[in-house]
Amino acid sequence: MPEVRVLPAGDTALVVEFGDHIDRRLSTWVLALARRLDEARVNGVVETVPTLRSLLVHYDPLALSADSLKERIVELMRGLQGRAQTTRHWDLPVCYDREIAPDLDSIAERAGLTPAQLVELHVATNFHVYMLGFLPGMAYLGDLPPVLAKFPRMATPRLKVPAGSLGIANTLTCIYPVDTPAGWHLIGRSPVPFFTRRPEVTTLLQPGDKVTFSPVSLREYESLMAEAAAGTLALQPIEERVGVAA
Amino acid sequence: MTAVLRVLAPGLLTTVQDLGRPGYQSSGIPVGGALDPISLRAANALVGNAPNTGALEVAYFGPTLAVEDGEARLSFVGADAQIEILPDETATSGRRIATMRSVHLHRGEVVRIGSLTRGAVLYIAVEGGFAIAPVLGSVSTYLRGAIGGWQGRALATGDCLPLRRAEPSDRDDCEIVGLDLSPPARYRAIVGPQNDYFSAAAIETFFASDYVVSTGADRMGMRLKGPPLPHVRGFNIISDGIAPGSVQVPGNEQPIVLLADRQTVGGYPKIATVISADLPAISRMPIGAKIRFAPVSLDEAEAARRRLVAHIEELPDKIVPIRQSIGELTPRLFDCNLIGGVVDASAGAAELAELQ
Repeated sequence: MPEVRVLPAGDTALVVEFGDHIDRRLSTWVLALARRLDEARVNGVVETVPTLRSLLVHYDPLALSADSLKERIVELMRGLQGRAQTTRHWDLPVCYDREIAPDLDSIAERAGLTPAQLVELHVATNFHVYMLGFLPGMAYLGDLPPVLAKFPRMATPRLKVPAGSLGIANTLTCIYPVDTPAGWHLIGRSPVPFFTRRPEVTTLLQPGDKVTFSPVSLREYESLMAEAAAGTLALQPIEERVGVAA
Repeated sequence: MTAVLRVLAPGLLTTVQDLGRPGYQSSGIPVGGALDPISLRAANALVGNAPNTGALEVAYFGPTLAVEDGEARLSFVGADAQIEILPDETATSGRRIATMRSVHLHRGEVVRIGSLTRGAVLYIAVEGGFAIAPVLGSVSTYLRGAIGGWQGRALATGDCLPLRRAEPSDRDDCEIVGLDLSPPARYRAIVGPQNDYFSAAAIETFFASDYVVSTGADRMGMRLKGPPLPHVRGFNIISDGIAPGSVQVPGNEQPIVLLADRQTVGGYPKIATVISADLPAISRMPIGAKIRFAPVSLDEAEAARRRLVAHIEELPDKIVPIRQSIGELTPRLFDCNLIGGVVDASAGAAELAELQ
């Protein structure tokens, strides 16, 4: 089990920090603790927010002191070892056509690849959803293969990119769920609704989900967009069981 | 048929807010809700609503609203504001009323709210609340995600907000006496969680200096301007969660206090976190206000929160009925220049007693 640091973030949140780098094993611990805390329904815990390398636990200090919460977290950590849990695997369509992937060519060139090779590498990657954040339903997925994992964010963000845009920066891929300013390099676009407002507000992905991408043509992308707009685009994840690394 | 509030002018940024939407941060959906939940609670208490009832949050400059298809009781709590009640849409002048009170408005009457002073936000609660369907358990408007409130956006001219009631109850119009919304000398904060990204000198600077609320402050965050807070280990951290009141310091070395609509995760080091008891007070401060912080321990923060909760529980005791005649006469005293400056309704009552 990794060493954790528990730090106060004001009087209503504790950060449980598993490390200071992006690592799938650390993320597995973060998510296992989140799940454990949610299941334990600890009185006074309001909600938990898994992030790349830490878990933020929001609590009400008048129902549960920081010290008792810390003790409870340490206790729950002990029980985590070897617990199996269910995750969901999504296979999601992405169009990598340069028409809607403005940075595909430049990133491929900087990586010393052809655009086709870049796409091949991206779709061969089994992604892990580290966290959601920044915008409703916005997923941060990793890890990119090393040859693609070396481009920092753009110095000047774009003022607006369309919903579904798939960006890469450093070791991660993100998917912008709504039209938004964006600073990552755009290598594709997915027709999948990651954040839906009607008939009710829903988000597609959860931290811990597994994701692979399947390439579709511009034409298929457009017809899938039409299905998504009509609400008939059916996506079903496959349930998988995984253990927590010791 | 229930009454509606028709928006004749929307004000600068008027949104429906309640106490927020907790429970969805792991999906990237912020908690949101009123910037100043104390004023929201007081506004709701004045009209007999439950504390979490959605009300209008007014920022800097208020809306003009007409009561149609019925009658309504509204209350106003927060920053000082010029509030005028006009007999109808075409009238150019009417009677002025103070904030910190409720008022029964009749069909066709118009309430016009001007610039706010001594605060950035004012809450307008309506007896019974708005007939707006909650989204994920809350009617709070989250502008960036375009969800909640009135069509996921700020009010616009022509909007007709349906109320739950057709007319007010026969309860009295009331005022709230002794609600202290004045700014504290210092806003208390707990150091960290990323204080190790700053030198001891930078942390000292943060707590020893005056900062000013700068333009670019919004419901997400309050940008402050003041002595720079240099980082010792760069300003990019691996993103982690953001607590209410987090003070993050990006590359320009100027702090940002993260407020109600704060993003759920972020990648800048956080030098300190404003304690929950002082968050409503700092959130209501307008652009140009001077801000100074004081370091406190977790124990002190918890004690302060306990006092705040006790203060909230006492809100109903601070509410007293306004005698109708006084409520109507006080603005006339303003008009006759019998009373100068800003006077609350109780002072008006004292003046009246002397006149009698």
